Amino acid sequence: MSKIDLKVNRHPQTVDVEPSTPLLYVLRNDLHLQGPKFGCGMGQCGACTVLINGEAVRSCILPASAARGEITTLEGLAQNGKLHPLQQAWIDEQVPQCGFCQNGQILTAKAMLDKTPNPTDAQIREGMNNTLCRCMSYYRIQTAIKRAAKKMSGGAA
Amino acid sequence: MIPRKIEDALTLHRRDFLRTAGLLAVSFGGWLEEAEAQTSGPYPDVDFRQLDSWIVIHADNTATFSVGKTDPGQGTGTAFRQLMSDELDIAFEKTTCIMGSTDITVDQVGSGGSTALERDAWPMRRVAAEARRVLLEMASTKLGVPADQLTVRDAVITVKGDASKRVTYGELIAGKKFNVTLTGNNINAVTGKAKTKLVPELKYTGQSPHRDDIPAKVDGSLKWAVDVRLPGMVHARNVKPPYVGAKLTGIDESTVRNLPGFVKVMNKGNYVAVVCEREEQAVRAARALKTTWEKPATAPFPSSEDLYKYMRAAKPVSAPKPVVAGNPEAAFAGAAKLLEAEYEVPYQGHTAFAGAHAMADPSNGQMTVYSNDMKSYGMRRCVAAFLGMPNDRVRVVYMQGPQGFGRSAAEDAACEAAWIAKELGRPVRMQWMRDEETAWDAKGPAFVVKMRGALDAAGNLSAYDYHARSCDANHLGYNEPDTVLIAQLMGVRRANPATGSSSLPSDMYAIPNRKMSVDVVGLPLLWETPLRTGNLRDPNGLQPTFGTESFIDELAAAAKADPLEFRLKLLRGSTSDDSGFLRARSIACLQAAGAKYGWEQRPSPNRIAKGDILTGRGIAYSFRGMTVAVQIVEVEVNRKTGHVWAKRIVCAHDCGLVVNPQNLRYTVECGTLHGLSRALHEEVQFDTEKVTSKDWFSHPSLRHADVPESVEIVLVNGDPNPNRPDLPPYGAGEATLKPMMAALGNAVFDATGVRIRRVPFRADRVRAALKAAGV
Repeated sequence: MSKIDLKVNRHPQTVDVEPSTPLLYVLRNDLHLQGPKFGCGMGQCGACTVLINGEAVRSCILPASAARGEITTLEGLAQNGKLHPLQQAWIDEQVPQCGFCQNGQILTAKAMLDKTPNPTDAQIREGMNNTLCRCMSYYRIQTAIKRAAKKMSGGAA
Repeated sequence: MIPRKIEDALTLHRRDFLRTAGLLAVSFGGWLEEAEAQTSGPYPDVDFRQLDSWIVIHADNTATFSVGKTDPGQGTGTAFRQLMSDELDIAFEKTTCIMGSTDITVDQVGSGGSTALERDAWPMRRVAAEARRVLLEMASTKLGVPADQLTVRDAVITVKGDASKRVTYGELIAGKKFNVTLTGNNINAVTGKAKTKLVPELKYTGQSPHRDDIPAKVDGSLKWAVDVRLPGMVHARNVKPPYVGAKLTGIDESTVRNLPGFVKVMNKGNYVAVVCEREEQAVRAARALKTTWEKPATAPFPSSEDLYKYMRAAKPVSAPKPVVAGNPEAAFAGAAKLLEAEYEVPYQGHTAFAGAHAMADPSNGQMTVYSNDMKSYGMRRCVAAFLGMPNDRVRVVYMQGPQGFGRSAAEDAACEAAWIAKELGRPVRMQWMRDEETAWDAKGPAFVVKMRGALDAAGNLSAYDYHARSCDANHLGYNEPDTVLIAQLMGVRRANPATGSSSLPSDMYAIPNRKMSVDVVGLPLLWETPLRTGNLRDPNGLQPTFGTESFIDELAAAAKADPLEFRLKLLRGSTSDDSGFLRARSIACLQAAGAKYGWEQRPSPNRIAKGDILTGRGIAYSFRGMTVAVQIVEVEVNRKTGHVWAKRIVCAHDCGLVVNPQNLRYTVECGTLHGLSRALHEEVQFDTEKVTSKDWFSHPSLRHADVPESVEIVLVNGDPNPNRPDLPPYGAGEATLKPMMAALGNAVFDATGVRIRRVPFRADRVRAALKAAGV
């Protein structure tokens, strides 16, 4: 075990774990954050996605000791009690069925929109393609991303 | 809030319910300790004949509905609230609904079969209507006015003509119990004296209030079944046999004994699990544990490539008598044109988005299981029987989880967690890893469907012979203590395995001479196999429909008829049966889908284009129960790569009374795309020793890039009397999966002129088929 310093959702945190422990387990079991989910443990599905310095990262395959920078989980996306426009768009479009994958969908979309504020349909398909949903809420997700993008760039949602 | 104790894992709704129902009479600050004391068991069955079991009215004039259903993500909980608010006459937004926890909600089984609104909402409606009636009686006494001179709106009762005389539901009943006994032999029949309302009287039904579970799913605040944390808990991971049918010959515990956090190796028969203090420790130890196994003398199954050959040659374990109408053989003998074709559908997995999981807590000599399984009540009985505990010592708390589309492995994980928890005396969290989930969850069975058809000289379908064979000799039921995987691995063998089945064609076509038969074959190994079969969304229904609706398309093409017109003509033909109701709605859905799509009449195939991208359209139709679904798919097929893109999909859907149109649309949309995933990608692959599908590459699923440019849902009311006041709701979700495989295959044929009779439509297979046909 060794002490690891992390900055999660704007707060510094210190955990005492084996350095190889996947960041996902530290977030979930030590810091009790439940936005990121275990889906595959192999970086294939995206359920465990977190943002690190704004990049979408698969926390199930990232050792906690290698996590450098500002970590944001789904819980940290809202600012001052106000949902992020993507989260609001998810509600407006009633996106989830079971909702288990939506942490990864929302955070992957966030990282994508930060780089590409007005993505084309093709860019959305490509940017989101490795983030899976088994309820097949994809069409809703893509609709919500377009709604949020419009809102974030100043248009009417 | 960091969850620390049992009840902390539960939702606010549940807490409110317990408090107001008198089960948890404490102030907010001290509720945790009280909750534990109050809920430490035993857990007798909730009495469905008591009105108080269903509805609690609070002092602030709000209501909590308590129902024995689970909502795995289709929004049924919101629909129940709409219907019950209507019957109770309370504002929808003043209500909440708690679901599926065996100690506080009546046993309505949980979910399954898309029957939530069709069957299970009726008792809810009747009890809500009864609560309204009882409250009016109470108001009558209180206000000194006969009940028939009272009126109620938004849970406020007033005297007709004198609104100053009023009393609220909360004032009448909050803090007290109804103490009203209902009648009815079972839950589905439970009723009071009040009558339910007719459709025109329903106010919230037909509206689209937002689903109540979504906000917490997008802000990260929801506590899921995977999130339950209890003091003293440990983590367990399974060690599965490396070869199917292998016998455990040794465990070398020294390989894990000194690993950090190691607690224990659990073993009985061929069941092996490792328990550690922390999750990552359990994952590591399960991988590190050295076990030795003896391979079985004979292969448990053929490889997936040889499966259909094996199935054709296998001896059936069940062969019900064929259903025959007219004289098919005579009609075949006199046919102008004969067609024959065989269709193949592979094993497909549930492949839940997270591995199966459960938390089991053995505190106080009871067993509490936290699970996302759709059928919490069955799980309670299963866990009790498996552990040899009385039912009332076991409760199952239903919490949200990855999609529940039938007999998933959630119940296997629950029995594993409970067994280990009982052995260890500590709360145990079990979670399957990805490879385990994909390889070992219960599968939808493989099918070979053999079709024969006769056209007369005018191109009419005169005879039809359907034979469906499924590989489904040991079909798992739900929550059976003698078939859950841990029981099988421990050596339990049920004397008579339940044989699966195959549905007859789900169409209303008037075909004068029909023969329909089904049989079932089995793999060599029936037990301890990852190719164990169980219900998967539209179980044993969508596979035959791939055969029947592809074949109708082949017949239409042979008759040089437009495939939509060909179907309409078959539906309009005269028949002697009395099924006009479903027939009328079938016609309405086909017409609505065609109109939405802008269907132009012509036979298939389309004129084959010159470039790399070939385009076409396909249609298929079916019903499930009383619900009709028609899907039209427009495809682009890449001639060079074999890649198939469903560019546009139209789905027309008639499920009777629509409770929440927006919710229904989205459920239909997602179900349609689930069908597309199963048509394009999903196939369990295996060699003769093991399942080789073990992740999202080897059992692929639909992705963002596959999503159509446009998915258009048309909600149809094809009832011959569409405004009848007693129009009932029928099931919604599963019907949407049924036509898709055939619709896609028919579109590929239309685009390419090549008929592919095996799903999934993987690019390599499509490319090979096109190449073989010279396209």
